[in-house]
Amino acid sequence: MDWSALLLSMKLGGMTVLLLIPAALFAARSLAYRRFWGKPLLEALLTVPLVLPPTVVGYYLLVGLGGRSWIGSTMERLFGQQLVFNFTGLVLASIVVNIPFAVQPMQRAFEAIPQDVRDAAACCGIGYWRALLTVELPLAWPGVLTALVLSFAHTIGEFGVVLMVGGNIPGETKTMAIAIYDSVQAFDFTSAGQMSLFLLLLSVLVLGLAGGLGRGFGRRHDLRRF
Amino acid sequence: MPLFDRLNSKGASSARSIALWAAILLLLAAPGAALSSGNAPASRPNADEPVVAAAADLKFALDEIALAFKRDTGKSVKLIFGSSGTFAAQIRNGAPFQLYLSADEKYVTDLHADGFTRDTGALYALGRIVLIAPSSSSLPVDPTLQGVAARLAKGGIKRFAIANPEHAPYGRCAEEALRKAGLWTRIRSKLVLGENVAQAAQFATCGSAEGGIVALSLAKSPRLAKSATYAVIPTQWHSPLRQRMVLLKNAGPTAHSFYSYLQTPAARAVMRRYGFELPGEVK
Repeated sequence: MDWSALLLSMKLGGMTVLLLIPAALFAARSLAYRRFWGKPLLEALLTVPLVLPPTVVGYYLLVGLGGRSWIGSTMERLFGQQLVFNFTGLVLASIVVNIPFAVQPMQRAFEAIPQDVRDAAACCGIGYWRALLTVELPLAWPGVLTALVLSFAHTIGEFGVVLMVGGNIPGETKTMAIAIYDSVQAFDFTSAGQMSLFLLLLSVLVLGLAGGLGRGFGRRHDLRRF
Repeated sequence: MPLFDRLNSKGASSARSIALWAAILLLLAAPGAALSSGNAPASRPNADEPVVAAAADLKFALDEIALAFKRDTGKSVKLIFGSSGTFAAQIRNGAPFQLYLSADEKYVTDLHADGFTRDTGALYALGRIVLIAPSSSSLPVDPTLQGVAARLAKGGIKRFAIANPEHAPYGRCAEEALRKAGLWTRIRSKLVLGENVAQAAQFATCGSAEGGIVALSLAKSPRLAKSATYAVIPTQWHSPLRQRMVLLKNAGPTAHSFYSYLQTPAARAVMRRYGFELPGEVK
């Protein structure tokens, strides 16, 4: 069992969720309520990491952010480090691949809030932030929770992108999924088996917890009546 | 209207949302706590622990040498194994490796020509390839691949593993040996390609392939020796696997001393035990 890889995966998942969910929340809300030119294209762009092979996303990130790209070289000049082969790069990559997992459930949840309810809130003179916090978020909560859990669980399991932009450096970019891949190649099936089982149990636990919480919430708030 | 009830009776609903918020925060707390401890370089116990990128055929030999290095000097290195070609590409894209052990010296000389290394490095070993089959397989294992040829003619080979010849030196040598035996065109459709030679060895011995061509150093590892049989393919059958290592531009003191350590008799003895031929030794 490679504990440092597990810790790194958790760190990556936590970081991704922490940075991605707030941004995705506002994006999802805008997509749900606003109409604007080019919206289908934007929606397609935000969904594309879901269908692209991770290696394609990884390739673009490696070439786009690597030492020879202008982003990479600018970063290196400004901060003395690049965006590939380190943890910061992994977080960035992980945010990109998780955008659809975060935006989609929240967008659906916002869309499911009846227009009447939002109109009523507006009639009561409730402003943007209060409406978001007291009317929309409590109703869209299961969607937010799903987004959060999916992003976290998906990050823990992410392999292709991490392999492409990470470089498999222990303690820095060697996540759990990569550690499993490595131990299989080293014919260390005991360790690979243990880590795989652990990830399986963790995933089931997290998804089960989220499902249970979401349903419990729906029952308490009687969402079916809308 | 339940919704408006809820908006009005704030007390009850906010208690519920607090409970939910708490659940979410709990989910975030574990990794969040880890974040605070992990990122600062100062918190690392050993700041000078260089990343060494090594060809996959070195997996077991280099693990042993790194252990001895730690015992002898108290310093440690982070070893990562993969295909030489992949590492060369990663170095060109800015990978923070300090020492690179290639299975093919061409990658090293090319990197040097393009200014990524300190010098042209040092030749550290000559690799050998073997035909390998799982102990359970009935594939005859001989140095000149006659068993493979016979079995192939009878349609008895469904899967045969080698490393990817495009970026793994051992894959390229395996291809050369198969061409030399006149089997390449016939066996091509049966090939499973490992990303590197260690993965090829895993494919070749896991039982779903009849066999494969991999590095002698892997065949000699204790884990494989128990479950597979092998035969060393003659040197003349493939171009020499001249394995060269080199320090990269950002190499620190520990990387330097590991580089020197690899050329000591102790390290060379380990390499010899794993079937490598050593530069400067008459064979």
